[in-house]
Amino acid sequence: MDPRRVPLAVPKVRRVGFFTSIEPTPEPQRPNRSQSGPVEAATSSSPLSDSPSGNFISPVQIPPSRHHSDNLTSRAAPVPVPGPAAFRRHLAHDRSLHVGSYNPADSLLGTSPPSSNGELSEDSGSLFGFQRSDSAKLSSSFPNGGFDLTMAVRAPQEFESKIATVPASEGRKKTAEVSGKSESAVTTKAQKEKEQKSLKEKTTKAERRAIQEAQRAAKAAAKGEGSRRVDDSGRAKPGKATKQPQVKKEGLPVTSSVSEKKTVVVEKEKRMDVPQTQMQYDDKSRVEKAKKRAVVEQTESKNKVELFLHLPQYERGNQLPNLSSNIFTLDTIHHAVYKVGLQHLAGDISGDNARCIAMLQAFQEAIKDYTTPPMKDLTMDLTAKINGYVSFLIECRPLSMSMGNAIRFLKNQIRKLPVELSVSEAKASLCSDIGRFIEEKIVTADKVIVKHAVTKIRDGEVVLTYGFSCVVEMILLYAHEIGRKFRVVIVDSRPNLEGQRLLRRLVSRGLDCTYTHINAISYIMRDATRVFLGASSIFSNGTLYSRVGTACVAMVANAFSVPVIVCCEAYKFHERVLLDSICSNELGDPDAIANIPSRANMKRSKTMENNKNLQFLNLMYDSTPSEYISMIVTDYGMIPPTSIPVIVREYRREHLLL
Amino acid sequence: MWRRSASFILDERRSSNSPPMADTTRGGPFQNPDAISAYYQTRAAHHGVITSDWLAQAQAAVGGVSGEEQTVSPAAESGADKTFNVIEEFNGWRKQPDLAEAVAAIRALAAVIRASEATTMMELEIELKKASDTLKSWDKTSISLTAGCDLFIRYVTRTSALEYEDFNSAKSRLLERAEKFGEISCKARKIIAMLSQDFIFDGCTILVHGLSRVVLEILKTAAQNNKLFRVLCTEGRPDGTGVLLANELSKLDIPVKLLLDSAVAYSMDEVDMVFVGADGVVESGGVINMMGTYQIALVAHSMNKPVYVAAESYKFARLYPLDQKDMAPALRPIEFGIKIAAKVEVERSARDYTPPQYLTLLFTDLGVLSPSVVSDELIQLYL
Repeated sequence: MDPRRVPLAVPKVRRVGFFTSIEPTPEPQRPNRSQSGPVEAATSSSPLSDSPSGNFISPVQIPPSRHHSDNLTSRAAPVPVPGPAAFRRHLAHDRSLHVGSYNPADSLLGTSPPSSNGELSEDSGSLFGFQRSDSAKLSSSFPNGGFDLTMAVRAPQEFESKIATVPASEGRKKTAEVSGKSESAVTTKAQKEKEQKSLKEKTTKAERRAIQEAQRAAKAAAKGEGSRRVDDSGRAKPGKATKQPQVKKEGLPVTSSVSEKKTVVVEKEKRMDVPQTQMQYDDKSRVEKAKKRAVVEQTESKNKVELFLHLPQYERGNQLPNLSSNIFTLDTIHHAVYKVGLQHLAGDISGDNARCIAMLQAFQEAIKDYTTPPMKDLTMDLTAKINGYVSFLIECRPLSMSMGNAIRFLKNQIRKLPVELSVSEAKASLCSDIGRFIEEKIVTADKVIVKHAVTKIRDGEVVLTYGFSCVVEMILLYAHEIGRKFRVVIVDSRPNLEGQRLLRRLVSRGLDCTYTHINAISYIMRDATRVFLGASSIFSNGTLYSRVGTACVAMVANAFSVPVIVCCEAYKFHERVLLDSICSNELGDPDAIANIPSRANMKRSKTMENNKNLQFLNLMYDSTPSEYISMIVTDYGMIPPTSIPVIVREYRREHLLL
Repeated sequence: MWRRSASFILDERRSSNSPPMADTTRGGPFQNPDAISAYYQTRAAHHGVITSDWLAQAQAAVGGVSGEEQTVSPAAESGADKTFNVIEEFNGWRKQPDLAEAVAAIRALAAVIRASEATTMMELEIELKKASDTLKSWDKTSISLTAGCDLFIRYVTRTSALEYEDFNSAKSRLLERAEKFGEISCKARKIIAMLSQDFIFDGCTILVHGLSRVVLEILKTAAQNNKLFRVLCTEGRPDGTGVLLANELSKLDIPVKLLLDSAVAYSMDEVDMVFVGADGVVESGGVINMMGTYQIALVAHSMNKPVYVAAESYKFARLYPLDQKDMAPALRPIEFGIKIAAKVEVERSARDYTPPQYLTLLFTDLGVLSPSVVSDELIQLYL
């Protein structure tokens, strides 16, 4: 009954799963310092996603050294339960805020320059001003010498590499070298160049290896055994050995008869659709490589939980002061991007939408200031630049799915720039594209979501929500505005206590709220008639990826047969499939859960501090299976979780190309 | 339910809350005057007149497109008069028992295009929109009416016809599409009946709830194909639609047994499959149907019996109820036979919502679908 539809009752053949997009080959192919792509030297072409940082673009990619967790401590330690005075101050501040927590004005507040006062920030205390003294103090109060030794036992290679980097960066570090640790450094320029060189060498090596792999795959003999390489690191790592070849094999065998060049191109296209594998952090050699080109140098934490070795986990560092003082001296990374990166690192900006918008705006600024160097192509050079920025951001904190999607969009936009455009025109068009993305995919999408979701709040309802989601906040405020009579139950959890932020805002607007911690969920769920949840991402199989604790709330709600409504903008949907919370996740600062705020001034006992048998696991996200979700509210209306692949299928093109 | 715990008793007292049932705003010239759902009134009227004449008409509608759709409707014939009224037109079509409400609406809207004196495409579109809004507001309780109108507008206006230079040719193109849509809707039942034949095997026992014209058509086709099966009909209180269906089936020499609505669980173990119709199929893949469907689906689910829903695609609606109370209530009068004390409250809602996890398959004219595909189809239709 639709123009798109073939005659009724004729069975339709629909392509399911990851089918290749019939996309015209990217006309001007640009050489790239790709790291792992099997690029033929002759063609020397690689689509954007192959470039080194392109490798990390895929949202779930968990990238080189970085660490974000200091925000947790810095937030949790000084202000987890704000004293009355602090609370009042927050309130006063909140009142002046807009409804959405990410709207530009708001996020601008968050992006205040390092020198500005903490008053401006929602999570005061995590601003640079405080951070500086804070982290320095913290690091000095936790002598880490012993730790390094234990680590040396566990990971000699890592330790060595750290030593190696020390001399180079020593000069800059003197100020913060209190603890005598080697973290926090900005690599010098010379060093960087050297790294890039070595990187290139490795690239070709990787290529050769990739081709070899492909040929082996084509033979299809002893596949499982053959593709497994002996890992040079002591630990045998099945993850890498199996994963890498898989991606490559997919494209090759089919077209092996075609000329070599074409094969590569076809494969490239396929690869763009295939979600990329993420970096496995228990793969020593790769971590080493990544570390070498890192801007933000971080110390690996020592007592890692065995199951999560593949995720990056770092000590809360004192590198922030150093980094923030470098903001204008570093020429490879635009200062706006740098600032956003540091804010991610410090946790000043949290929440997916806010982070994504901050990143896009920084890119916008960077593009405005961009000039094409002589003898270079704009699309090529700009993409390389963006890749650099992205890998820097990843070092600061792993990208969220939504940011990955946004970056994919931006790169697509750059690639599609008509050749005849002048530099200034191209820049203007890119800037407006980014602005449009923010406007259409985030701001307008949220308005639509609010409109839909508010129909599900009737009078007399008790709405339960978990943590802080800006969309949910907007929904609740709007429902209150149009005069619905309902109560809100805010469920919160340590260590972030994001729910307090929501609580403050709702209470200040006169909503009837109940605040509790997740421990009381089974009791409080009795009262609830609706559960509204935010999302970091939703995957093709309907799995919800969100702040840790969400799954628990959803399951309890399901047990009480309370409908669970997830509010999520469609740009956060991802075509991957996620089955558990282990494969891709983010590790927060372990100290954040070890520290009890009320005893913040008490020194932790030695047994806690330095015990090999004690491991802290601070997971940031978890995944909720789709059967616990009753409905997903997106900008395309209210859909069941089974329809995520439909949206992804029907609108992916539109997402990318807008 | 949400006031159970002690902590909220105080809140309860504080808020002298009004009954949460949001009443539809009254007023407007074409508002249905009674509180009683017009949809169910129509159905009752139709069921009262099940005769050989009814069957003949149904047969005609099913067995290919009979001449009737070429016949111009009475209102359109006198279409020259300026006060063309969609509602009258709609009611004219609605009188025909074999026509589903949505199809009647589609016919009426087609007549609107025919009678339109608009001179530009935009004008025509606005006129169409207005007519469909009037129709929709005439009976807000009918899901298929709303869905049918929406689908019609989508189907008709989403065409290259809008780019025609010449307005008249564009209009005739629209009309063509409107006719085609009506035709498709008419054939839907036949298609569904054919699709469902593979699921009815010899010796099976089928439980049927309420009187659905699609289900009747399915059973009839099965009987014509010489399948041997037995049907259990629920009584279908309060309007006794199940009894009507049982009578109908007995005429076709299908062995029928009549059950009380409350005897469903008792007899479920001898049942092989459950067939129900639908008033509306919603975005989640669940269905809204006559009261009692949810109950039957729950019993069937717990005894691992398949539940099949037969519904034409014009019943697909972009609704998403989260629970039973999350719909506009369709009220109807209920006779209990015994006098009821004044203080006793009576649940008068005519339908319930069956969530998708209790349904096995949906037979539609788009094919045999699993519940999750409904949303897929809806997204494609509407977005």
